[in-house]
Amino acid sequence: MAKNLRWKVLVILGVVALSVFAFYPPGEKIRLGLDLKGGVHLVMQVKTDDAVRIETETASDRLREALRTAIPGATVTVSGPTEFRVDNVPPDQDQAFRALLVDIEPTFNRTSGAGSYTLAMRPNIANQLREQAVDQALQTIDRRVNELGVAEPVIARHTAADQILVQLPGVTDVARAKEIIRSTAQLELKLVDQGPFSDEAQARQAYGGNIPADLQILPGNSEGARTAAPGTVYYVVRRVAAVTGRDLRNARPSLDDNNRPAVGFSLNSEGATRFGNFTAANINRRLGIVLDNRVYSAPNINSRIDNEGIIQGSFTNQEVADLSLVLRSGALPATLTYLEERTVGPTLGAESIRAGVTAAIGGLLFVMLFMLFYYRIAGFNAVTSIVVNLIVLLGLMSYLGATMTLPGIAGFILTIGMGVDSNVLIFERIKEEMRTAKGVKQAVAAGFDRVFLTILDTHVASLIAAAFLFQFGTGPIRGFATTLTIGLLSNVFTAVFVSRTMFELVLSRRQVTKLSI
Amino acid sequence: MDFLKNPNFNFIQWRWHALVLSLVVVLSGLAVIVTRGLPLGIDFSGGTLIVVKFEQEVAEDAVRSSLEAIEGDKVIQPYGDASEHEWLIRLPQVAAETDIEQGGQSVLNALNAANLGEYEVLQRDSVGPVIGRDLQLKGIYATLASILGITAYIALRFRFAFAIGAIAATLHDILVTVAFLAFFGYELSLNIVAAILTITGYSVNDTIVIFDRVRENLRSMRREPLELIVNKSVNQTLSRTIITAGTTFFAVMALFLFGGEVLEGFAFTMMVGIVAGTYSTVFIASAIAIILGGKQAKGRSAASTTKAAPGGRKAS
Repeated sequence: MAKNLRWKVLVILGVVALSVFAFYPPGEKIRLGLDLKGGVHLVMQVKTDDAVRIETETASDRLREALRTAIPGATVTVSGPTEFRVDNVPPDQDQAFRALLVDIEPTFNRTSGAGSYTLAMRPNIANQLREQAVDQALQTIDRRVNELGVAEPVIARHTAADQILVQLPGVTDVARAKEIIRSTAQLELKLVDQGPFSDEAQARQAYGGNIPADLQILPGNSEGARTAAPGTVYYVVRRVAAVTGRDLRNARPSLDDNNRPAVGFSLNSEGATRFGNFTAANINRRLGIVLDNRVYSAPNINSRIDNEGIIQGSFTNQEVADLSLVLRSGALPATLTYLEERTVGPTLGAESIRAGVTAAIGGLLFVMLFMLFYYRIAGFNAVTSIVVNLIVLLGLMSYLGATMTLPGIAGFILTIGMGVDSNVLIFERIKEEMRTAKGVKQAVAAGFDRVFLTILDTHVASLIAAAFLFQFGTGPIRGFATTLTIGLLSNVFTAVFVSRTMFELVLSRRQVTKLSI
Repeated sequence: MDFLKNPNFNFIQWRWHALVLSLVVVLSGLAVIVTRGLPLGIDFSGGTLIVVKFEQEVAEDAVRSSLEAIEGDKVIQPYGDASEHEWLIRLPQVAAETDIEQGGQSVLNALNAANLGEYEVLQRDSVGPVIGRDLQLKGIYATLASILGITAYIALRFRFAFAIGAIAATLHDILVTVAFLAFFGYELSLNIVAAILTITGYSVNDTIVIFDRVRENLRSMRREPLELIVNKSVNQTLSRTIITAGTTFFAVMALFLFGGEVLEGFAFTMMVGIVAGTYSTVFIASAIAIILGGKQAKGRSAASTTKAAPGGRKAS
């Protein structure tokens, strides 16, 4: 055997060994996509308007507070997610009013009319807030999914700036996962001014029909209700929260005085100081424990409380565990809406694997038999190079951590087709060269040489199509594009290099005058 | 073993017939699409699709009547093998503002209420209008971009006329395939767009093999007319064309028969595409290359001292 040839054989054996090592055992090494493993694929939209609105409301609240003493007649109204209006500023107070705006003006643009001002958030600030909201939402979801213990989740930005993609393989309780991801979990501790009332109108009446601007009406759970759907009552609470979820240090499942499941929480040092002062100043008033704008309970403040609290409600143990989880992972900065949801049950996944593998093996067997029948001995050559191609494909896929999907299995079958095509091209060319009465060796060499450019051109063209497929697709389709791309690359190696080496191996041993092809 | 020894068919002589035949197929396909509309799957149209598997056999009427109360144009059909008791339920797109989960939930609630026995949700897809439109645009963009990319590559490696021929053949294949899909009532889904893009690659693949041979023959048969060279090249590669198309077709047929419901549409698309691709490679691509390249070829033989550029790039 020529030295050159020996090296080629060693390279091929090395590649095959490495590939087998990379994907064996396939059950563990090959990553399965959602469509084969089962799981859920979610695309959601972050309502970034929420985040912007919160900033606008906070700024307007602060200004209202300041105006109350400085310019009592002035009114502040929020007129949109990014703007609010100040009316009834007397002309002679103009200077004083502008002085109050010092803190606000870096964020808001002021336009003035007669005694009225419109404050609109600067566009770059608004964009920045929207960006931050999406980033924060990504991080929060990431923490929640981690706590759920999902293996190999995907949490990433999606096509549009405000879209997030979440893929949870192997999750069976999809409804629960969705609830955990989506719950805003905005915890606020607010002073109850009056309440509870049985409906909103009554609450309004208690204030002579008009709720003061620093108060708000919130729905709440009626005390003592232990039915599945607790009755709703209404509380009038302070708009500004004493403590929010940002001050939380921890949240965990706990029990209330009656041994019912509840969520216990503790505050960080800054929050504890504020909470201590707040409770000390409001002894014998009621504290509203507000979660996502619903008052869960409104206990009486009996004494100064520093850093501990409890959220009561008609919770089950599961609900308590989930609520602790979302509180720990932090509040979402904005609400989420689902744009796309795809769930594949584990049964269907298993069924798909079976069907896909059956089809792939069926296709492979057919192709092999045909090649052996049509090309005889050279058919062995083709079959070997196709099998090596599939081994290299599997090896590269597990090495690169690429995901196998159902269309990916279809990509496998097409790779078999491409492998056959390259071999057929070469073999037909060799036959043709032999007809022009050259020696076998020369015919084989000429066959490979002439066809090489063709194979290169066809593969590049297919790779161009595969690249756009990859760009275009998510999940399953991307799996198809990956398999196809890797298959095309490894096919150039097997059809040209492996197949040729095998021919040379046979031809180097003895003088061949007739080729079985 | 050989199917064909030195085939010598005069394909080029039939080029006008072939063009007319293709035009008829494509136009009638377009007519089907225009009259029946191109059926869009939920990937593109939005909506909800649920596949449930009952533990026991359930009568079709029972499933239908249990879902009667749900509004909109719903599709209820048995899915897969009858012995599996699987049903596919599809709801149309709801208004933009409503929650996309509602549709699916209402189906499950209705099934629970009707007491049809234990069932398992195999698959549940809900696609909102935003994503549907997004995917539509992306699908069109990906198809056009890959066609453009391949055209550019062929124009670079061969002549511009060849690129036009290859692209005409590819567009022909896409149109024929979509026409067949519409005719057989397959819905356009992500998987099917993937299959169409694969057909693009495959069709061009086939065409390139012939063009490569034309390029090679142009060097050795410089004095022959282009028509003769193209015809000879088609014949020389004919056995390869048939064997490859045949084996790939049967491999995809395995997918169609055993690949399960999810891949059936994909496999069907591929099968149609392979047949259309083989036909268009032999008849359409080369015919257009000759019709468009004729002038160039004449110019070339008149000034036969000008060498065909290496790699056969556009000589003018």
